[in-house]
Amino acid sequence: MKYILKYSFYEMVRSKWAYIYTGFYLCVTFALYLLSNDLDKTLISLSNITLALTPLIGILFGTSYYYSSKEFLQLLLSQPISRWHLFLGMYGGMAITLCVSILIGIGLPLISFGILSSASVNLFLLLMTMACTLSVIFSLIAFLIAMQFDDKVKGLSISIFIWLFFAILYDGFTLLLLFLFKDYPLDKFTIGAVITNPIDLARILITMNLDVSAMMGYTGAVMSKFLGKGIGMVVITISLILWTLIPLGLLKQMGIKKDF
Amino acid sequence: MKATIGLLILFFLKLSTHARTIVTCPECPIKSVHEAYDLAQNCDSIIIKKGQYQIDNLIVKKQIAILGYENPRLISKSGGEILTIASNNVSVSGIIFKGVKTNFLKENAAIHILKVKDFEISNNVFEECFFGIYVEKGKRGSIHGNNIYGNAKVEADSGNGIHAWYCDSLEIYNNNIRGHRDGIYFEFVNNSKIYNNRSFENLRYGLHFMFSNDDQYTRNTFENNGVGVAVMFSRRIKMLENIFIRNWGHAAYGLLLKEIYDAEIIKNTFKENTVGVFVEGSNRINYQRNDFIRNGYAIKFSGGCESNRISYNNFLHNSLDMLVSSKLLDNSLSQNYWSEYAGYDLDKNGNGDIPYYPVKLYSYILNQVPESVVLMRSLFVEIVNFSEKISPQFTPKDVFDASPKMTINQ
Repeated sequence: MKYILKYSFYEMVRSKWAYIYTGFYLCVTFALYLLSNDLDKTLISLSNITLALTPLIGILFGTSYYYSSKEFLQLLLSQPISRWHLFLGMYGGMAITLCVSILIGIGLPLISFGILSSASVNLFLLLMTMACTLSVIFSLIAFLIAMQFDDKVKGLSISIFIWLFFAILYDGFTLLLLFLFKDYPLDKFTIGAVITNPIDLARILITMNLDVSAMMGYTGAVMSKFLGKGIGMVVITISLILWTLIPLGLLKQMGIKKDF
Repeated sequence: MKATIGLLILFFLKLSTHARTIVTCPECPIKSVHEAYDLAQNCDSIIIKKGQYQIDNLIVKKQIAILGYENPRLISKSGGEILTIASNNVSVSGIIFKGVKTNFLKENAAIHILKVKDFEISNNVFEECFFGIYVEKGKRGSIHGNNIYGNAKVEADSGNGIHAWYCDSLEIYNNNIRGHRDGIYFEFVNNSKIYNNRSFENLRYGLHFMFSNDDQYTRNTFENNGVGVAVMFSRRIKMLENIFIRNWGHAAYGLLLKEIYDAEIIKNTFKENTVGVFVEGSNRINYQRNDFIRNGYAIKFSGGCESNRISYNNFLHNSLDMLVSSKLLDNSLSQNYWSEYAGYDLDKNGNGDIPYYPVKLYSYILNQVPESVVLMRSLFVEIVNFSEKISPQFTPKDVFDASPKMTINQ
């Protein structure tokens, strides 16, 4: 598995898309910092960008990487290698590349601007963790989709729909439900709704660290009370772990059963 | 000749009322404040030296000055009031007051001022008293340089730092007030000035006006209270150069206005409050040159507000700039700087050429369903706001700044 992971990683690093992705983040981070000259503002803008982009890029990267390396996969399957290790290695190599791209593209410039010694170091670390987590989760989902559908066009369009669902439609449905049931106490429902969507979860965590004034009103107080406390952190971590473990389990199952 | 006689009379008067100083301390012949008071006559001074004094409601009916030397402590013996001032021209300074307990029948205060004129309460410390200073029907008094620290936990059994009822022409300045129900409370108090105070971490309001007219408060700081300042049922209040900061919580406002008329709100700073200013049924109010920085809502209008003028303010990075719950009649917005404004200025006159609409669809939704706060900053909300901006359906079309500034108002 180590070798597969290594080769998968090398292959990704050699492809131009990884460089374009890293370069894009580098450009955006530098541009934002040079325009505003304020680390806080740069972080706020970056968080808006990463929250929408990392899942999208993760899911598109994942699907297209699987399709492009499908033949290589089939070749390797003729060798005496565990199927589970093969799929895990392929996926791991890609996820690591995505995370490295983010760390280099956003992390390096911000560190060179001195974010580690500024007051917003916590927000920076949170942003990095969330960007990487979102990449990991969504590229894993992408792998599952691509394995399920052999047709490339179908796989890609479903991937885009999944991103659209989690990034936009989910919030729309949540709002609709909130509107429909506004006569009832909705605190627990809203917290539940937020926790089940990884993008929302990342956004809420970042918003709460960003400026507390954004989270206002009674629900804001309830949210920050819940999410700021120990039990909230535990629930968040469990939610994120489930979001990686369940798709990983599915990956294993599908990898073993997959018929080419 | 008349003048000389007059002067002579004055000279003898002065001789006959020569003020004495009575010193009391634990080692002195006069050991208690009550003894010292019994010996004192009008215009005398009582100096209380360092030490602890158990005392039970001394009623001051002579025109004297009570001065503390090296911070003596006056501790209430029974938990009741410590000093009741019932004479004009009394001054109290440099004393630490302690031990006034919560009472549900009487509003016990460390210093109770009762129907007198020209008093001065200065440079005292009030530690964990139910009420700090209670002024009842006082006139022309000044309260300054005091540190009033309470330990209020629950609104129902806590008192106010400085409480004034039916007063006129008070001056309250340079005080620090913390941990009471209301920092400063005014009820039926007219023509008074409050300045350079710091009121923080109070349970309810930093400063509270009820039925008080023609008052002015300037350069005060209100930090971390339930609500910074509440002005209710009052007329012609001037609010200048105050700082309202971090009044934060589920029902917290920087400034709460209810049924007030003809007020001036000028050059104040509202920073990081849940709601900067909450307005209900208030008419003819002038908001000018205020800074609203990083609040949840900068201004939230509830019903019945007429003829308010909002001009030359800076709205910087508030989550939402404005919310209007009902129709606003005859209110005007002009020459404000909005950090979210994305217009242009082709004729270079410093004002944007397209109007700015501060009420967003999301603030409307938020008002209907407060729980939707969790969707703030999400892509969905941005899209909804954008579509509303292009063709307004739900947000009021008549609330806009026709001449938004391109640069921050100085």
